[in-house]
Amino acid sequence: MDITFDQVSYVYQPGSPFEHRALQDISFSIQSGSFVAIIGHTGSGKSTLLQHLNGLMQPTSGRVSVGPYDMEAGKKNKRLRELREKVGVVFQYPEHQLFEETVSKDIAFGPENFGVEEQEIQTRITEAVRATGLSEELLERSPFDLSGGQMRRVAISGVLAMNPEVLVLDEPTAGLDPSGQREIMDMFHNLHKEKQLTTVLVTHSMEDALKYADHIIILNNGEMYREGTPLEIFKQKEALEAVQLDVPEVIEFLAKVEEKMNIRLPYEGQSVAELAKDLARMVKGGRDLE
Amino acid sequence: MNNSMIIGQYVPAESVIHKMDPRSKIAIIFFFVLIVFFANSVMSYGLLTVFGVTAAASSKVPLRFIMKGLTPVWFLIIFTFLLHLIVTKEGDVLYNLLGWKIYEEGVVQGAAISLRFFLLILVTSLLTLTTTPIEITDAIEELLGPLKKIRFPVHELALMMSISLRFIPTLMQETEKISKAQASRGVDFRTGSFKDRLKAIVPLLVPLFVSAFKRAEELAMAMEARGYRGGEGRTKLRELKVGKVDFMIYALFLLVVIGLFLTRS
Amino acid sequence: MSHFPGNSQLSRGGEELEKNQIEFRNVSFRYHDEAPWVLRDVSFKIDADEWVAIIGHNGSGKSTIAKLMNGLLFPQEGEILVSGQKVEPDTIWDVRKQVGMVFQNPDNQFVGTTVRDDVAFGMENHGMPRELMVERIRESLQAVSMTDYERQEPHRLSGGQKQRVAIASVLAVSPKYIILDEATAMLDPKGRKEIMQTIRDVQGARNLSLITITHDLQEVTQADRVIVMNNGEVWMEGTPRDIFSEKDRLIDIGLDTPFISKLADELMNAGLTISREPLNHQELLEELWTLHSTK
Repeated sequence: MDITFDQVSYVYQPGSPFEHRALQDISFSIQSGSFVAIIGHTGSGKSTLLQHLNGLMQPTSGRVSVGPYDMEAGKKNKRLRELREKVGVVFQYPEHQLFEETVSKDIAFGPENFGVEEQEIQTRITEAVRATGLSEELLERSPFDLSGGQMRRVAISGVLAMNPEVLVLDEPTAGLDPSGQREIMDMFHNLHKEKQLTTVLVTHSMEDALKYADHIIILNNGEMYREGTPLEIFKQKEALEAVQLDVPEVIEFLAKVEEKMNIRLPYEGQSVAELAKDLARMVKGGRDLE
Repeated sequence: MNNSMIIGQYVPAESVIHKMDPRSKIAIIFFFVLIVFFANSVMSYGLLTVFGVTAAASSKVPLRFIMKGLTPVWFLIIFTFLLHLIVTKEGDVLYNLLGWKIYEEGVVQGAAISLRFFLLILVTSLLTLTTTPIEITDAIEELLGPLKKIRFPVHELALMMSISLRFIPTLMQETEKISKAQASRGVDFRTGSFKDRLKAIVPLLVPLFVSAFKRAEELAMAMEARGYRGGEGRTKLRELKVGKVDFMIYALFLLVVIGLFLTRS
Repeated sequence: MSHFPGNSQLSRGGEELEKNQIEFRNVSFRYHDEAPWVLRDVSFKIDADEWVAIIGHNGSGKSTIAKLMNGLLFPQEGEILVSGQKVEPDTIWDVRKQVGMVFQNPDNQFVGTTVRDDVAFGMENHGMPRELMVERIRESLQAVSMTDYERQEPHRLSGGQKQRVAIASVLAVSPKYIILDEATAMLDPKGRKEIMQTIRDVQGARNLSLITITHDLQEVTQADRVIVMNNGEVWMEGTPRDIFSEKDRLIDIGLDTPFISKLADELMNAGLTISREPLNHQELLEELWTLHSTK
């Protein structure tokens, strides 16, 4: 589903002494099927923006549309339920939302709320645990007996079982160890491609944004700061530094190489091995290494 | 993001009442509550009212905050007044409304009781308006100190209170977070029958409890790691001090008490 | 790394040294009799002023080590010595004064209702006089650059700020050893940088041993020594350089290596001679510069 923000602003507790403008005149559009990363510091408005995607928040002014669903300031959206079924949100530390007696019941919770039929739910549970790499033996266990990493997968399965068309991920790998992080992100990336989802990833990791996203939005103090493809965005080292954001390590290192040795090797998504080959050749001044 | 929450009703200000030792405040309020029941003349009521209102005024707490504290009890005050008006059948008839007689004594007693109520609430709410919850906790710990001799867990109680105060905002944020997560999974907390709404609470409560237990466990471990082993041998950073202000107010209050007994009829 | 039980009694110099050491001697631990062993025959030493990083995948037993160090848990077999003193129920109060711990979750270790109350908490437990507390609060908040927040309530602080307060709270009791048990895991990159900077400052300014339990490779490269845990056993011990030169084996046990280390490997595969395992950009750049200018 296409997602469009049209001059969206959001104000917390308007009119009170605690009034706080979390989003300021945000406009962008995301094409159906793309993988978008939203980057910015804590307090930049990322999580406020994210909550507009499934109608948990309504813009104070402006308009948000997600596929056929519109949310406009001051107007009540009557199709909120449908919207929430289509937009699955994986919140930060999603394992905190588990509550059922068994894993399978917890995964079934979302689809049940949206009135999916019993048989269909069973199929979806099987599919969801397969996607997240959980063993089916765990289905009848209590989610609270599982390890942290497994609980996270159960929670993610619960969102996937809603069969969403848009998947919103709020730092889905926070607190996992490096191999867990890689597995979860690879899983989302595969799902994204397989099911042609529209994926919105909120992340602090520039490496993930570079690796998985095809479009990046940077927020700063509630305003849109930059927007573009990862390669475009990460070329702008100074602009990123101005808002205290890093560039991915690979790009940072290549910039240092250029600065120190005057060797220009632009990053275009090469693997480490490919980069090393080019770099080795250039360091040796084109001399044959074999 | 929602850092705006204020725990309890505390309104920060620089005032005599704010400066008082919380123990003094509690003690004076305690005695005030007692003597209010001794007032029985216009003069004695007048004296107590002057004391209460002066205290409120000198606290520098804006009137609307004080009124807000009184809102839930207005109903009670008015109800008491009306009750007396109806039930009391002594003295002259002041007014006859379609056979319903209002007696003088009814008005007098109703007014007196309502005023008593009003004063009690006013003065006690001044405590919470001018004292942070943690100060109140400290004061309670000190005042209940003697109970330690009979093995009453005073320190533990105070610690429990202060930790609860510390975690209220955290748990509020958590509640909001979980309810949003469940709303995203199709839970509707707002509409539906009573039974439906009750059912919608379960997916909110279970995670809250689970997380509260986990927090408690981790907190206990962190406290132990930092050398906590009960109240024994513990020193305290927060210290309560009875100062000049307190003695002045004691004196003033003593005058009020004497005045009260002189003006009683 | 094996130790001989009698080793430490050899000389007076050895005893002096032992006074500022944490030592694990053949430690095994499990939660109850039927449970699997979490730690098996673990032995190592941590010296005075040393920064040791303990790494390993989730469930490798790293956090258990931290809890054993200050008597939150006790081993079934073997013994743990902190400054020459055996950690057992009688000695834990003394041990806990020497071994400060900072945990993962910033919220669940903040006891006080304000920053200064929290910093005071440990000192209150140890019965320090009030005047000393006031002084130490000032000092330790200064050490973590949180002086301006002394009267602030915890829910108004960021995760990184709360963790800095946790470090200040530990410093206030002036311990000899500080353990950071995944203290940066729940923070954003900014918070992580804050904490790492704080740790470096603190370790530079005071004589402290630092034990960081972490997944963060950036953190690991800065340590003096690394202990790699796998399935409850000490799998490898060495400098960060030694450790990261074992890339393939690290990946086998579910760990990762820094980008710069991977790149160096691939450069070698591509025919360059990298003389030593680089730990940071600077080191690899220098290697490349040497190769480039001598072509």
